[in-house]
Amino acid sequence: MTQPGPLRAGTPPADWRSSLPPADGRYSYAFLDEGAKREIRRRMLKAVAIPGCQVPFGSREMPIARGWGTGGLQLTLALIGPEDMLKVIDQGADDSVNAVNIKKFVTRVTGVAVTTDTRAATLIQTRHRIPEEPLRPHQVLIFQVPIPEPLRLVEPSERETRRMHAEADYSRMWLYLYEDIVKFNEITVGARYPVMVNRRHLMDPSPIPRWDVAKLNQAEALCLFCAGREKRIYAVPPHTDVQPLSFEDFVFRVEAFGGRRCGRCGSTGTYLDEVIDDATGGRTYSCSDTAFCEKARRHHLAPGNHPPEEGAA
Amino acid sequence: MGYVAVRGGAAAIEDAETFSLVRRAGGVSQLLAPEQIREQLHLAVDRVMGEGSLYAPDLAALAFKQAAGDTFEAAFILRSYRTTLPRLGYSEPIATDGMRVIRRISAAFKDIPGGQILGPTPDYTLRLLDFDLQNESETRTRQQIRRLLQPIERMQPMPESFPKVIAMLRAEGLLVGGRTRAAQPELTDITRQAIVFPASRSAQLQTLARGETGGMLALAYSNMRGYGSVHPVIGELRVGFLPVPFKNPHTGSVERIGEIQVTEAEVIARLAETEGPVRFSLGYGLCFGHNETKAIAMAVLDRAMSGTEPAAPSEDPEFVLTHVDGIESMGFCNHYKLPHYVTFQSELDRLRRIQAGLNRTKDTPS
Repeated sequence: MTQPGPLRAGTPPADWRSSLPPADGRYSYAFLDEGAKREIRRRMLKAVAIPGCQVPFGSREMPIARGWGTGGLQLTLALIGPEDMLKVIDQGADDSVNAVNIKKFVTRVTGVAVTTDTRAATLIQTRHRIPEEPLRPHQVLIFQVPIPEPLRLVEPSERETRRMHAEADYSRMWLYLYEDIVKFNEITVGARYPVMVNRRHLMDPSPIPRWDVAKLNQAEALCLFCAGREKRIYAVPPHTDVQPLSFEDFVFRVEAFGGRRCGRCGSTGTYLDEVIDDATGGRTYSCSDTAFCEKARRHHLAPGNHPPEEGAA
Repeated sequence: MGYVAVRGGAAAIEDAETFSLVRRAGGVSQLLAPEQIREQLHLAVDRVMGEGSLYAPDLAALAFKQAAGDTFEAAFILRSYRTTLPRLGYSEPIATDGMRVIRRISAAFKDIPGGQILGPTPDYTLRLLDFDLQNESETRTRQQIRRLLQPIERMQPMPESFPKVIAMLRAEGLLVGGRTRAAQPELTDITRQAIVFPASRSAQLQTLARGETGGMLALAYSNMRGYGSVHPVIGELRVGFLPVPFKNPHTGSVERIGEIQVTEAEVIARLAETEGPVRFSLGYGLCFGHNETKAIAMAVLDRAMSGTEPAAPSEDPEFVLTHVDGIESMGFCNHYKLPHYVTFQSELDRLRRIQAGLNRTKDTPS
């Protein structure tokens, strides 16, 4: 992905075929046929033009199953070119089985280089996390989305939720949160916390933890979201307002780790995985972002982006 | 630590593939040839083609072999292969009264013009395990087939086409009018556009035609049993071959580019909710290959969804159409096997916080 714009038009250079292993000659570059890639790029442009709005598209069946990242994968394949550097993470980890599988597939049909280094990547496909290191303008973050409709929590019908978005009628979502507070004295939504994008569209940020929500606000990088099974693309362009739904007297809170630090790199201020120790039954904690953890261990880096303190909006 | 955090996921994936290969082909029996599957397990192949949404018997047989007999998985493999093929164009509409029929029945009338043709069906066969098939003698089976076919060859050849039972009812004014293409000139292509609601009828029929047989059966059955109001009578059920006409983009002439086998069901239901005189209404089902359960279920669902006020899940187009696709439902069901520890941590945080809050309230009553 070269500097001026991440959505680069045009065909890849003519010599891409030489980068393909010979056995895969039956498939086109990046698997999708060129017509499909063009269509998906057009839908992405529309999504960028209307931040947070879900754009329907003719989602294709991929060789990985629905629900396993077919949406993110289609965006990755529609955008990727020979000079790209790809990073794929699942739950923050580069070496999780599904992330490895997706990388293996993309490499097989494009021959592009992969990396675990967040800074070095041009395209980052992710499931359930945003990397801890801040992203930069030339990078594109592609989210795998299981359920793109934030209103699905309160309304099962697609026809009805489309009407609600059109009228910016989000009263039932506010009511849901309010009732939560009445019942539990707490908002019970864990991951997939609904956010308002560009002060207009309610958006599902995909099942990222609340910890990561602030990273979407006024981000430097382009964030693209895609649900393959539900056939929807949406986007948060760089420098766009993204605010979690929050009440004046009951503010949005991120996950609390009680001042614990990563058992591997010693970082505080990162999202931690809680691991139950086999022998003692005790808990150990380590960074969910494995690439960040590695880097921190090597360079004794302090985390670059502190998430908001507990209790702050 | 399990399958997530351990480095070397790639090696684990490769090993998993190897283990699957061992499970499929590690026994002592001869390896299956796709040709054997295509011929002898033809109903499975038909099902895979229908749900995989690609008419390709050889590839469907290959997918079935590769999937070790899992129809969901085989249809999925075929669908993802379909993704790599460009959309070259659309065939001309095919009139099914020109079908080369191998089976044709009507439950609505005792006899129909052209006659009831039972064709290949297990409907009236006692489902007793046939132990003779355990060590099937090839010569004896071939002899049996010759004996069976000899008298048929002496019979009069079948007519080129049969009149449609539905057309006869319609001519008498007993059936609601046919839905013409003029009423819906824009054909939706659900493989190129996401379905939106209210869905066009072409989108409805396409979605059902590639739906998963079992899922469609469950929904249609719920309607027949009482969660719905369709009381279906099979007007006509056909199995046979149809030519595929395609307009040559250069010459403009229509050419026959091949032939497909399909099953077609036309279901008559009492009481059409239309203005004017009371008539029968019609539900339509058509799918690739020989799959009568699916065609009938599709026709029942098509009829069930035609009302304006859904009173049961099977009558709500959005409910039916978003849940019948096997590739989607099976994928999503299985995706719960993927690690979810980040989101679970987030849920844990909420629960712990709520519990802590409740304890605080108990300790210091306000």
